[in-house]
Amino acid sequence: MSGHSTYNPQNPVLKWFEARLPIVGLIHSSFVAYPTPRNLNYWWTFGAILSVMLGVQIITGVVLAMHYTPHVDLAFNSVEHIMRDVNYGWLLRYMHANGASMFFIAVYIHMFRGLYYGSYKAPREVLWMLGVVIFLLMMATGFMGYVLPWGQMSLWGAIVITNLFSAIPIVGEYVTTWLWGGFSVDNPTLNRFFSLHYLLPFMIAGVVGLHIWALHVTGQNNPTGVEVKSTSDTVAFTPYATLKDGFAVVCFFIFFAWFIFYTPNYLGHADNYIRANPLQTPAHIVPEWYFLPFYAILRAIPSKLGGVVAMFSAIIVLFFLPWLDTAKVRSAKYRPLYRYFFWIFVVVCILLGYIGASPPEGLYITVGRLLTAYYFLHFLVILPVLGLVEKPLPLPASITEAVLGPNHGGVSVVPSSSAAAPERRA
Amino acid sequence: MATPSLVEPTRRDFLYLATGAVAVVGAGAVAWPFINQMNPDASTLALASTEVDIAPIAEGQSITVKWRGRPVFVRHRTAKEIEEGKAVPLSDLVDRAARNPNIDGGDTADATDQNRAAAGKEQWLIMIGTCTHLGCVPLGQAGDYDGWFCPCHGSHYDTAGRIRKGPAPENLHIPPYAFTNDTTIRIG
Amino acid sequence: MTHALVQAVKAAAVAIAVFAATPSLAAEGGAHPEKAGWSFSGPLGHFDRGQLQRGFKVYREVCASCHSMNLISFRNLMEEGGPEFSEGQVRQLASEYKVTDGPNDAGEMFERPARLSDRFPSPFPNEQAARAAQGGAYPPDFSLLAKARTYSRGVWLSLLDLVLQYQEHGPDYIHALLTGYDHQPPEGSHGQTGLHYNPYFPGGWIAMPKPISDGQVEYPDGSPTTVEQYSRDVSAFMMWAAEPHLETRKRIGFQVMVFLIIFAGLLYFTKKKVWSDVAH
Repeated sequence: MSGHSTYNPQNPVLKWFEARLPIVGLIHSSFVAYPTPRNLNYWWTFGAILSVMLGVQIITGVVLAMHYTPHVDLAFNSVEHIMRDVNYGWLLRYMHANGASMFFIAVYIHMFRGLYYGSYKAPREVLWMLGVVIFLLMMATGFMGYVLPWGQMSLWGAIVITNLFSAIPIVGEYVTTWLWGGFSVDNPTLNRFFSLHYLLPFMIAGVVGLHIWALHVTGQNNPTGVEVKSTSDTVAFTPYATLKDGFAVVCFFIFFAWFIFYTPNYLGHADNYIRANPLQTPAHIVPEWYFLPFYAILRAIPSKLGGVVAMFSAIIVLFFLPWLDTAKVRSAKYRPLYRYFFWIFVVVCILLGYIGASPPEGLYITVGRLLTAYYFLHFLVILPVLGLVEKPLPLPASITEAVLGPNHGGVSVVPSSSAAAPERRA
Repeated sequence: MATPSLVEPTRRDFLYLATGAVAVVGAGAVAWPFINQMNPDASTLALASTEVDIAPIAEGQSITVKWRGRPVFVRHRTAKEIEEGKAVPLSDLVDRAARNPNIDGGDTADATDQNRAAAGKEQWLIMIGTCTHLGCVPLGQAGDYDGWFCPCHGSHYDTAGRIRKGPAPENLHIPPYAFTNDTTIRIG
Repeated sequence: MTHALVQAVKAAAVAIAVFAATPSLAAEGGAHPEKAGWSFSGPLGHFDRGQLQRGFKVYREVCASCHSMNLISFRNLMEEGGPEFSEGQVRQLASEYKVTDGPNDAGEMFERPARLSDRFPSPFPNEQAARAAQGGAYPPDFSLLAKARTYSRGVWLSLLDLVLQYQEHGPDYIHALLTGYDHQPPEGSHGQTGLHYNPYFPGGWIAMPKPISDGQVEYPDGSPTTVEQYSRDVSAFMMWAAEPHLETRKRIGFQVMVFLIIFAGLLYFTKKKVWSDVAH
């Protein structure tokens, strides 16, 4: 996160401080002077949106924890206490519950953007893999958070998901007993889930720090997939990217606010307003929407261990994506075949989600298996082969050329490293 | 960098200022729920009153009841204690305020024995049992003035619960209460 | 090659459309409730005080003999955004209930009249007692029922519900259930002994007998004393009980939306100005 700093304080106090801890300079070089490709589209604002959502979740979460009680006898009522009696408690809880879904919506868009523009390719492999780690941590956090209200879906979701680990040969049963702290999902489980649910977001924040670090080492990818070659290819992060990101964040908040204020229970399950009852399973157990595609993959395999392996493989395969994709060109904009396969893959993921929400019977099983097969086919066969057979379109010589046309290759149009507002120049 | 000659505000500057101002207003509005959630909630505020049966308290005895999570002393004073309380001239008091919300004047009325005890029932003294220094619970019928003595930092209160010696700045506070009949009081 | 792919994508899209439109296999015998139309629906929705007060009367005189409502305190009845009874009315009401308190100085539990801060006492001391009195069935608690009950609307209608803010599945279901007792079971459908046919109940057979009939509860405000009206009123009351801050939520939501749209507009123009000298 360094190397772009033009920060040079004149104030003697700032100067004194900078010589001892150059944190202002670090922030300046990372978020003010940092050169960002001039041609980034709005799909690139989801990184900022995700950072803001992580902040929203941590702040609302810390506040909710002031009123929540992690005990099987009290958890459900303490959540209702928040909803009914705590000042603005309903707002804080609806922000947090819907915020989790918003977080996943944003992360899925962010990931598909990376897939479309080849943002995982060299030299950004580590950046991508750190992102997959964040995704895994988010899933664990989201799952454990959903358990905390201790409604029917909380309990039965926890039972089903923790039972996945019993599929592990030989030690499976010991692992689940260890996870539960007993012989079923009960008070020890709830209490440790609360502890971990509080811990994991801070681990996510840590990995996000690494993710941004790795990003600032390699620089951002961009819609052309052509690397930055000269200063005319970039603009300063502030004010250009900050204002664009700010606008996108506020637009995202409008979408978010719609859920909080007008349809706060739309993404939840009615059954979770029924207190957890370990003797009675709800008619349909469905995980939160953001797990549905993986849930469909789990159910597609008619073997307990096989299903679990397939589900985890569906995420693990993402770690290998930078090497499975053999294409030399990054952006789908210049990959005429990959572009189609990308959209097919998007549709397959959405359909997997639909299958995950449907009961495991009849046609749904068959379709679920076909889609699961295609999911893996996409990564393990289509991507490696496509890179070899596809003939990419001609790439622009530079970002500047892509924006301004062929005769502007290296001409400096705007000095990128200038943090000063260029519009003020007469 | 900006040319210093540009003094006149432009439409552009106005746009930036307006955006910044709206952002500040928004941040302020968002902060309020996060601050207010730590204030007492509706269920806490609703637990306002507690009823106490004082019939079993003989002269010279006292009980401690819990009100809003704090101890309240209900003391049936002896004639000697009342006598001692009345004998103290106001000039001897550290804190001359009655600290009694149940009488006219409340905090500012003189801390006479009459203004401290229950109206018309001077044998009853009802006080919040929290030392006005740093919140410990004083011991009853102890200290240099036969009243209460706080063991934490050595504050001495007299038989009307007034601070006489030690670091506490104020007399023991009196909660709002009322006699619902001769043997029952409702605190709060 | 490209052309073939386009064809394939088109075919897939058609397949998806057909596929998603098939009615959910999950629909289990339950008839779909009609949308009853509520004063509290939509972005500016608010409760009808008179309706909530009537609904509470129905709850108190009919439902409360079996159904508890243990997350609601008496004080809630006078709070803003609810039935808004006067403090005097609620104090009087509370004093008519007995709650168990204690232990007293003798170490014994005792009964006293309820206060504003007390929760509504339950008709049964525990679940087992409730089941024993109801032939094994447990009458669910009323506090959250309007949010804990729903019905499936399928993929496309659900997406529409998001846009149109249709959130009243619970009250619609309850209203349909309460007015749905007069249907005849389909040929060949038999419930277990003691169950009653109701097409809106999942599975079609419910333990609760028809709970209310025309004229059973008197209304001081002259509203019709019909099952239709009773069920609407009690459903609205249950929605308030499940979501007591609904009005505040929608009111603040409107203010937040207006603010965000203005803020987004300003940011958009600021961003446009800043970017105006950079082609991108």
